[in-house]
Amino acid sequence: MSKLKMENKTCFHCGDDCGGHPITFQEKSFCCNGCKTVFEIFNENDLTCYYDLQNSPGAIPKEIEGKFDFLSQENIIEKLTEFRDDSIEIATLYIPHIHCSSCIWILENLNKLNPNISDSQVNFGKKTVRVTYNSETTNLKSVVLLLSSIGYEPYISLEDFSSGKKHINRSLIYKLGVAAFGFGNIMFLSFPEYFEVNEFWLEQYKPLFRWLMFAMSLPIVFYSAQDYFISAYKGLKAKLLNIDVPIALGVSVLFIRSTIEITFDMGSGFFDSLAGLIFFLLTGKFFQQKTYDFLSFERDYKSYFPIAITKIDKEGNENSIQVYDIKKGDRILIRNEELIPVDGILINGKAKIDYSFVTGESQTVSKQSGDKLFAGGKQTNGVVEMEALKSVEQSYLTQLWSNDVFNKNKEDGFTNITNTISKHFTIAILAIAFIATTFWLFVDSSKAMNVFTAVLIIACPCAIALSAPFTFGNLLRIFGKHKFYVKNASVIEQLAQINTVIFDKTGTITSNKNSNAEYDGERLSDSENIVLKNSLRGSNHPLSRTLYTILKENNIITLDTFEEHIGKGIEAKHETVNMKIGSASFVGNPNQTAILNTTVHVSSNNIYKGKFTFYNSYRKGVSKLFNQLKRHFDLVILSGDNEGELENLKKLLPAKTKLIFNQKPEDKLEFIKYHQSEGAKVLMIGDGLNDAGALAQSDVGIAISEDVNVFSPACDAILDASKFKQLYNYIKTSKSAIKIIKWSFVVSFFYNIIGLYFATTGQLEPVVAAILMPLSSISIVVFTTVATNLLGKRLK
Amino acid sequence: MSVIYILLSVSVVIGVAFFVIFLMAVKSGQYDDDYTPSVRMLFEDELVKKESSNTSKKTKTD
Repeated sequence: MSKLKMENKTCFHCGDDCGGHPITFQEKSFCCNGCKTVFEIFNENDLTCYYDLQNSPGAIPKEIEGKFDFLSQENIIEKLTEFRDDSIEIATLYIPHIHCSSCIWILENLNKLNPNISDSQVNFGKKTVRVTYNSETTNLKSVVLLLSSIGYEPYISLEDFSSGKKHINRSLIYKLGVAAFGFGNIMFLSFPEYFEVNEFWLEQYKPLFRWLMFAMSLPIVFYSAQDYFISAYKGLKAKLLNIDVPIALGVSVLFIRSTIEITFDMGSGFFDSLAGLIFFLLTGKFFQQKTYDFLSFERDYKSYFPIAITKIDKEGNENSIQVYDIKKGDRILIRNEELIPVDGILINGKAKIDYSFVTGESQTVSKQSGDKLFAGGKQTNGVVEMEALKSVEQSYLTQLWSNDVFNKNKEDGFTNITNTISKHFTIAILAIAFIATTFWLFVDSSKAMNVFTAVLIIACPCAIALSAPFTFGNLLRIFGKHKFYVKNASVIEQLAQINTVIFDKTGTITSNKNSNAEYDGERLSDSENIVLKNSLRGSNHPLSRTLYTILKENNIITLDTFEEHIGKGIEAKHETVNMKIGSASFVGNPNQTAILNTTVHVSSNNIYKGKFTFYNSYRKGVSKLFNQLKRHFDLVILSGDNEGELENLKKLLPAKTKLIFNQKPEDKLEFIKYHQSEGAKVLMIGDGLNDAGALAQSDVGIAISEDVNVFSPACDAILDASKFKQLYNYIKTSKSAIKIIKWSFVVSFFYNIIGLYFATTGQLEPVVAAILMPLSSISIVVFTTVATNLLGKRLK
Repeated sequence: MSVIYILLSVSVVIGVAFFVIFLMAVKSGQYDDDYTPSVRMLFEDELVKKESSNTSKKTKTD
């Protein structure tokens, strides 16, 4: 009973289960001393309001000793701060833990914890805090240490070092602002003309009104609309009739004809339609831009790598140096949980390297001194010393990024649906314009020029140009709400054309969180089971931890002896039971067979008992998803792992799925390249840095992420792991979006036909254009928005 | 008669003034973060409430 009660207690600070032994302080339970310390800090400084805003908002502060020593170096401070003078420094730090209003509150009250911090401002979307502090009395390192001590450890990577000050491009907002300003005022000024009031004073001031409209249309045409002219010019140069060609043509004709009309007092011109057209087009462009501040789709190894590392010089002194400064032959120190930045040779200490970034292999690899270590591995077992063999850029992993695919823009060479239709549309419109003009030259030549320009004006494909931005823009938002974060509209379009789906195995179709183990051998007695469970309890080896959580609950006993042989196994004794748990040779397995799966062997009193074999645990719904996909796509599993899971996968997946193992990062890339040259449109789904090349090479690369705030490699879209089984629905929805766009093309053609009737018969009045143009645009916006929202409802 | 010139110029000046204010607001980064300010605004209340409840507790014990 009392045990149950204890288990239910969650940490007041971080919300984790406190386990069997909660630390109680001021009648509150904490899971660890770290959490309690953070509470004490807040309590002393009158900041407990932190816990009122949100329940258990905190994070356990991590061990950071020596980790941020590099922050006392001048050149690194220079790079990380955005402003420096004698007494004031400003730095923006990225803190992944920022997740709730309590976080904002505590981080904006940093000055109460350190009075030398004069100001701190949080950007919640970007998860950054901008700290202003007095550099005479404190420094960047102590600010970072303060943040880490309260559970908000900043993430500082090599990327921060190389990227300069980011430039935010706001030109689209300015252009939209100019167009909106001009549109509103021109409408206002053209009102008297709409109603054709023949009032004396209005007649008197007509020219003034008209020239004012002309003046306001100048910035719209030459500033707001400039992208359309540039794009049309580029298109024509490349012999492509993109959608911007008819738009640019329409805009120029509108402007020139209107100017001529007011100069010779022939009419009021079409300045209102001109301003409205550009305003609507820019709104569409603006709507299509959906950015996720907290995600990045452009990450490479630099976001994973540390900015500095500890170097040991000849006298044995430890200095932190920049990662880029590591030269061949340097001796460097790698602490627990640190990433190895360069290829090298292990000199001192026992290394257990987690290469899951590089190879996708989930188990750690033991290395002895003299063994080669590759960049990208993470040390998981204490401190080691190594000697660098290469510099950062020349290492095995980082060389992948010198491949050309990383410089290629996927949008180039892809003709989107709007431009496909625009080719035919432009030719048809020009044909109609010339035929109508020729007709009128014979009938009434005075009207010919009028008709020619009227056709080009009314056919200006505003509605067509708006269909795709509004459909995709809205779908991007809907996908985002369903935890599928897509980089841009063109990705949705490419997704609709996919015919081959390639999956990575480890971390993609398997879950990192839990794995399964099966016991094979003689049954263990109850007392043996108890000893087994209790000896695993004392070990920190990842396999022991996994096995410990899988095995059933047993009584807690105190072992008589317990010894861990690193790299081999555990030896434990309790009363009459003497157990050995570990590798086959350590335990003394009589019949050793080559098995690819990870195994843990058990012996009792020197008699071999059996082994636990670990299997990957697949995500829920993998089998169902593959069965849905197999009807429409070619399926491939491309794994960096060995063939140990072959039989399991065969049982789980449809028969026609290709299973390919032992693939290095470059192999994956080449595999996709080859299939693309055969005409396949490839969707690659992966998770780690080892898939980075494949994600870049594929037509659409989706990164699976257990936690979207944690880093994922460069890709076109990020999918939350919990939504993995929905993948097929996302593809289906993308296909439906294309249908919606095609239907809205039909709607806009309908408006064009009405407009062309007025234009070709020579009856196009400015007021007709002023009604038709916004009407068609608005009905397209309404149609696409309603249709995509209906699609979104089906997504669940 | 010439009142229309005054009206027109006033309306254009007002329009341009607001437009310039808009441009300045964009430039200052006001639209870059559209979430945090909405939360920050509520904290001032929380702080005051906290302090007042503290003082009220104190007076009770006194």
